Amino acid sequence: MKDELYTDIVKEENLVYKKTSLMTDNILSYCPGCGHGTAHRIIMEIIDEFGIQKDTIGIAPVGCSVLAYDFMNIDMQQAAHGRAPAVATGIKRTWPKKIVFTYQGDGDLAAIGTAETIHTCNRGENFLIVFINNGIYGMTGGQMAPTTLPGMKSSTCPYGRDVDMMGHPLKIAELVALLPGTHLVSRQAVHTPAAVRKTKNIIKKAFEYQLKAKTGTCFVEIVSNCNSGWKMTPVQANKWMEENMFPYFPLGDIKIEGKLVQ
Amino acid sequence: MGELKLMKGNEAIAEAAIRAGVDAYFGYPITPQSEVIEYLALQKPHETTGMVVLQAESELASINMIYGAAGAGKKVMTSSSGPGISLMMEGLSYIAGAELPCVVVNVVRGGPGLGTIQPAQSDYFQATKGGGHGDYSMIVLAPASVQEMSDFVPLGFDLAFKYRNPVFILSDGLIGQMMEKVELFDFVPRWTEQEIIEKNPWATTGKTPGRERNIITSLYLDPGIQEKHNEKLQAKYRKMKKEEVRFEKIQCDDAEYLIVAYGSSARIAQKSILLAREKGIKVGLFRPITLFPFPFNEIKKMANQVKGILSLELSAGQMVEDIKMAVNEKIKVEHFGRMGGIIHSPAEALEALEQKIIGE
Ligand SMILES: Cc1ncc(C[n+]2csc(CCOP(=O)(O)OP(=O)(O)O)c2C)c(N)n1
Ligand code: SF4
Repeated sequence: MKDELYTDIVKEENLVYKKTSLMTDNILSYCPGCGHGTAHRIIMEIIDEFGIQKDTIGIAPVGCSVLAYDFMNIDMQQAAHGRAPAVATGIKRTWPKKIVFTYQGDGDLAAIGTAETIHTCNRGENFLIVFINNGIYGMTGGQMAPTTLPGMKSSTCPYGRDVDMMGHPLKIAELVALLPGTHLVSRQAVHTPAAVRKTKNIIKKAFEYQLKAKTGTCFVEIVSNCNSGWKMTPVQANKWMEENMFPYFPLGDIKIEGKLVQ
Repeated sequence: MGELKLMKGNEAIAEAAIRAGVDAYFGYPITPQSEVIEYLALQKPHETTGMVVLQAESELASINMIYGAAGAGKKVMTSSSGPGISLMMEGLSYIAGAELPCVVVNVVRGGPGLGTIQPAQSDYFQATKGGGHGDYSMIVLAPASVQEMSDFVPLGFDLAFKYRNPVFILSDGLIGQMMEKVELFDFVPRWTEQEIIEKNPWATTGKTPGRERNIITSLYLDPGIQEKHNEKLQAKYRKMKKEEVRFEKIQCDDAEYLIVAYGSSARIAQKSILLAREKGIKVGLFRPITLFPFPFNEIKKMANQVKGILSLELSAGQMVEDIKMAVNEKIKVEHFGRMGGIIHSPAEALEALEQKIIGE
């Protein structure tokens, strides 16, 4: 009976979900429960669905996702910490028909690379920025990020972020939405199937824009967990994220087709 | 004979970029080289050759734009001066580590810090000994005329793509700002997309079914693999040292004394050796054209012939260390040079030679 069930499940016609061939078979370097893997998969599925592997170039700067090129089966460039939008600009300006995206963490995009982020969006560079906001520096072991919440603990604010001394968490998505160069700005998550579906739809839209015409910069923030850095189990981390991160970084579209969502 | 034009060194670099079929220039203004981007902006090459010209928000951004476009197989260049070049050092280290071809021009001004906007040759160490982090080297070309400002652009790209390595043009405010007659070379068409893919099979031009994905990176977390990568880079630098040394010798055949100078100092020294010969002192001029690879062997040979060497540089004495290494105490080697944007005169240089080398 058991064997029968198994042979039935593996039949092609019963297939309900398959890993996209655009994800390699390399073992993910991410902590179990981390949102990075899901975000990777969404992007690769979209590239697969559009059939644009041969035209897509991704940029992974420094952060936990520095090895994204080990997992994404497309041409990729590793970039210096914070410089991915400049690297992407160099590629897109000289290969305007290629599909280009960056995949950046909060330290990368909203601290060391703030100037590159703002000016890329201000010039309306025609590519997609995927921004993983986990409120912490994951790769270097859990230091304070520009998006660390007030009172939240990290190894460089072990008594909690004191906003008087350390500044406030930076809502960079709202900031870039104010620039005429951005076409789409949205903040999403990947911790539930419903959130994954929404994120996939919006990233898909961003790829569609880039495929169709020169519209401007698309900026999709994914509020994600860092269970290791936050020192929680994956389940705790997702719950904490919903209760603490989402109120400060509310999910939803911020700018659609160049117009701010009221 | 190519088209003749009276041009500034900086303009010659810019015109050469258009003519050499460069795909893009990314830069940020800084004196004494802002004419490069200004000339390009005025010429609108995107309407003729299709070359992209973009003013970046900083030199950090421009060098990383170079990284991206070079990684995608394009011919790209940037230029700057001291403070901007310092900002580019991170990017240059990544470019060298990831083995990307590009041309970077430094029109040197006096430092340290914001320094002066006047000419200097005080970035020799930064250009030839690394500058950025890690074990890497760049080919460094030192133009001594506006003609060479033009000629070294296509030469730089040939070398950059031959070795998959950044090539540095170490000029200075004097060569950048002065006007001279230039014979311009004929336009070379930009590579087509197909040519780029064929010539640079390593570049991120989009993964086609027939090949593995291309990855541009300088990250090797496994120390064993990182060491192998370093060894590969070192082998490349050794090949450069064997095959790419360039220099010029002026009146060296009968010389009893030698001035070694590059770039603007070599132009000044040309006059100094004439003044010396009028006085009956047989002085020759040895001009390194590549500062990396440095002409160690040729200078070593000269040490068998001459009685002493004066290194003439617009700095506190940087190249002199390489000359001393080549000569290995066989003969006397001294440095002379003005600093802070003050340019030594030919007579001053000769006086220094007489006092420091011939004197005793
Ligand atoms: C110039 C430079 N400074 C510092 C670092 C060290 N560093 C590596 S990753 C990182 C922070 C990454 O955090 P984030 O961008 O939020 O990505 P995450 O790891 O959380 O995914 C830092 C500070 C570096 N690689 N380069
Ligand atoms: S350290 Fe945090 S961000 Fe990095 S892989 Fe682990 S959980 Fe994810």
